[in-house]
Amino acid sequence: MKILGLIIALSTGVLLICATVDFPGWADPASPASTHLSPHFIEKTMEETSVPNIVTAVLADYRGYDTMYETAVIFTAGLACFILLRIFVREEPGDRLYRHVLTGVTVRVKEGAKLPPSEDFERIDATWTPPDLIIKTICRFLIPFIQLFALYVIAHGHHSPGGGFQGGVILGASIILLAISQDLRTSVRRLREKLDAVLCAVGVIIYAGTGALCLLLGLNFLDYSALASVLHCDPVTARSHGILIVEIGVGIAVMCTMIWIYNNVSSTGKYDEGL
Amino acid sequence: MGDLIQIVVAKYNYWIYITLMMIGLYAMIVKNNLVKKIVGMNIFQTAIILFYVSTGAKRGATIPILEHGHDGHAHVIHAADYINPLPHVLMLTAIVVSVATLGVALALAIRIYNRHNTLEEDEILAQIREK
Amino acid sequence: MSQQYPALLVIVPLLSALVISAAGWINKRLCFPIAVAALGVAAYSSIGLLLRVMEEGAIVYRLGGWDPPMGIAYYVDHLNGLVLAVVSVVAFLNLIASKKSIEQELPDKTAPFYALYVLQVTGLLGIVATGDAFNLYVLLEITALSGYAMLAMGKDRAQLSTLNYLYMGTIGACFYLLGVGYLYIVTGSLNMVDIANILPPLYESKAVLGAFIICLVGVWVKMAFFPLHAWLPNAYTHGPSAASSLIAPLVTKVMIYVMIRLIFTVFTPEFAFNILAVSKPIVWLAVAAIFMGAILALAERNLKKMLTYIIVAEVGYMVGGAWLGNRAGMTGAILHIVNDALMTLCAFLVVSNIAYKLKGYAFDDLKGLVRKMPFTMGALVIAALSIIGVPPTCGFFSKWFLISGAIQAGQYAFMVALLFSSLVNVVLFFRVIEICFYEPFSNDHGHGHGHHPEPMAEAPLTMLVPLFIVAAGLILVGLYTGDIVNNIIEFAIPKSIV
Repeated sequence: MKILGLIIALSTGVLLICATVDFPGWADPASPASTHLSPHFIEKTMEETSVPNIVTAVLADYRGYDTMYETAVIFTAGLACFILLRIFVREEPGDRLYRHVLTGVTVRVKEGAKLPPSEDFERIDATWTPPDLIIKTICRFLIPFIQLFALYVIAHGHHSPGGGFQGGVILGASIILLAISQDLRTSVRRLREKLDAVLCAVGVIIYAGTGALCLLLGLNFLDYSALASVLHCDPVTARSHGILIVEIGVGIAVMCTMIWIYNNVSSTGKYDEGL
Repeated sequence: MGDLIQIVVAKYNYWIYITLMMIGLYAMIVKNNLVKKIVGMNIFQTAIILFYVSTGAKRGATIPILEHGHDGHAHVIHAADYINPLPHVLMLTAIVVSVATLGVALALAIRIYNRHNTLEEDEILAQIREK
Repeated sequence: MSQQYPALLVIVPLLSALVISAAGWINKRLCFPIAVAALGVAAYSSIGLLLRVMEEGAIVYRLGGWDPPMGIAYYVDHLNGLVLAVVSVVAFLNLIASKKSIEQELPDKTAPFYALYVLQVTGLLGIVATGDAFNLYVLLEITALSGYAMLAMGKDRAQLSTLNYLYMGTIGACFYLLGVGYLYIVTGSLNMVDIANILPPLYESKAVLGAFIICLVGVWVKMAFFPLHAWLPNAYTHGPSAASSLIAPLVTKVMIYVMIRLIFTVFTPEFAFNILAVSKPIVWLAVAAIFMGAILALAERNLKKMLTYIIVAEVGYMVGGAWLGNRAGMTGAILHIVNDALMTLCAFLVVSNIAYKLKGYAFDDLKGLVRKMPFTMGALVIAALSIIGVPPTCGFFSKWFLISGAIQAGQYAFMVALLFSSLVNVVLFFRVIEICFYEPFSNDHGHGHGHHPEPMAEAPLTMLVPLFIVAAGLILVGLYTGDIVNNIIEFAIPKSIV
């Protein structure tokens, strides 16, 4: 098996390297890739879409169809992790463990008995470990700033490196930080599973829906200049606004999918303690 | 000899990334442990992403964000001042696809581990044959 | 609205998949109607698009309003139109037939399963309709990911088989992406027609040759062409019935469409057949695929696994037919895409009916089944006749074209392989039919009190009616082969192939 793998890898590598003989040199400004399509993108982006960040303009407007499917891919991955791993367990009969928050006393409640409902008790599992006070406090301070930065990244995708994907991942990371620094139950209490899953679909629907709206307004799918009549501006500015709307959709979808995948994978579907 | 050095300097980026790709491909085919195969898959996909991004470089050019974008009056934009934006766009998509595949592969590996209690492929096949 | 058919074709299923996923958390009963409506609209748009193409010629749909090669364009001609119609109709019929089976096998996860089902169909339709090489890669990945998720929901070995499918599928898709990268580096464009315009002066360069080979190998891995077929039997057998009966008829055929599209549109036939000298070795590989598929199928005692090995052989037919290099062979390959999708759907629907009612589909479980499920067995007989190649079912006509193409090209080994495979199919299916029809019904299903005749326990009507439609379709498509070939396939093949 090892020899077969070595033969396959070596022969493929040799084939690929021999094919690079005819390539243009690295960083050659006269290569076909740099002279065929990209001059149009670089020179005409400002006058056709009024977005200075050329990568965002190409990603969300010229090749916006690809980006819509890319968002659908990340949604499919979240859905796949959900359908593979999620186990809707009924509450197993047996003793449950609760912890009194103020004193740290653990209380074992026998089967059938109930605690008086109170904010002072939180549910834990047998593998629970106390979160470190320093980490818990610092993360609680950091999370709002992380989220603010993420919103900044999404909103400034037109002018600096950034955009929906990058901002969405940072937003997702902020909630996952909450889950890591405390425990999974805390973050699930903040962002419930049902809301998370529905928002994930809503994010992609915003993207596809904007395209469908352009279709209904008479032009082709994802032709943002059709939004000029809805937004009361000229077609070029309408493209810029259309890009912003779809970036917001992408951000929401990516954030919720990252959280969904983390929740499912770290707790192997049971949504109990997590890591 | 000078000729050979010329060729190497012009193309060494492609060769390095192809070597990385083949390391990843070798790991995927040969390794027995499921997680090592997933790591190999990730190396393979990352090397392809690096390969594409390296083709977007341009000597003497800067990042593809227009300076003086909204200044109001026309600045002449030269295509030679900015690097090629298209490979970056394509690779944003490829990165997302690779993360998605990684997620699904890990979910499958977790299911297999829960069922068989091992991640070595030969042990899993032996367990299946016993049943 | 008919101007927008190419967009509706993929957008309605995509939006519906998202709505199904969101609605599944609110009310589970909404999911099935939304899915059926979406696939119905897709089927209607694709048939309308095919009729438009037959009237007007090739259609270019500019997405985002940008002209290609700046933006992405859909390029629909006779070849696409035909495959689009087949894919959407097969997916629609399969959805209706699988409702009960999904509810039985996956009771608490029906909503995400329907969402993944419709996403998979979106990906397949997009792959067929697109005219941009990188867009094809993204859609390939949507199809693949939703396929992995659906197939992994089976029992027992499903997860390990799907993980192996994932490794092979990722290698295939990454090879395809590398090939597109090589093409981009030497031409600077991603649009298929644009690449074909830029390529001719570059035909002699090694980079184009490397790009062609690596794209081709990537597509072969994804269509399970011998010797890269090892993932297919396990992955398709262990999946849930609804997933197998969607993926088995469609995914390999769409990959064959991609290969034919690469030959026709990106690298023109002149390059693929005349400048490169790989046609003969590829036809020999196809011969090996057919022999291996047939022999491995003979060794199986499980009906579903036997059918998956038959799929491997059928892929050999189509790849060999396409690489024969003449008009008859190519017509046979394209016609076989249509026919094989229908035949495989019919066979897998039969298996899914059997799995719904019995506990398994090994040969021992099938004894005397005709007394309990006569209609299903009738459909199995029609599917068997079509796979063997008996007129007037459609399988005969595509084999006819393939054999005449083989004789015309002088590839007698391919002709021998086709005839051998037909004989082996006769043996395979007569064995199954003998067990189902003539063996005494075994009483180990827990109802054996006395010797009264077994009551008929046929599959429910929602599973039977699509099965009848497909079985009737096999005969109808066979009878109308002349019309299909003369009006559609004749125009799909470029004039340069004789």
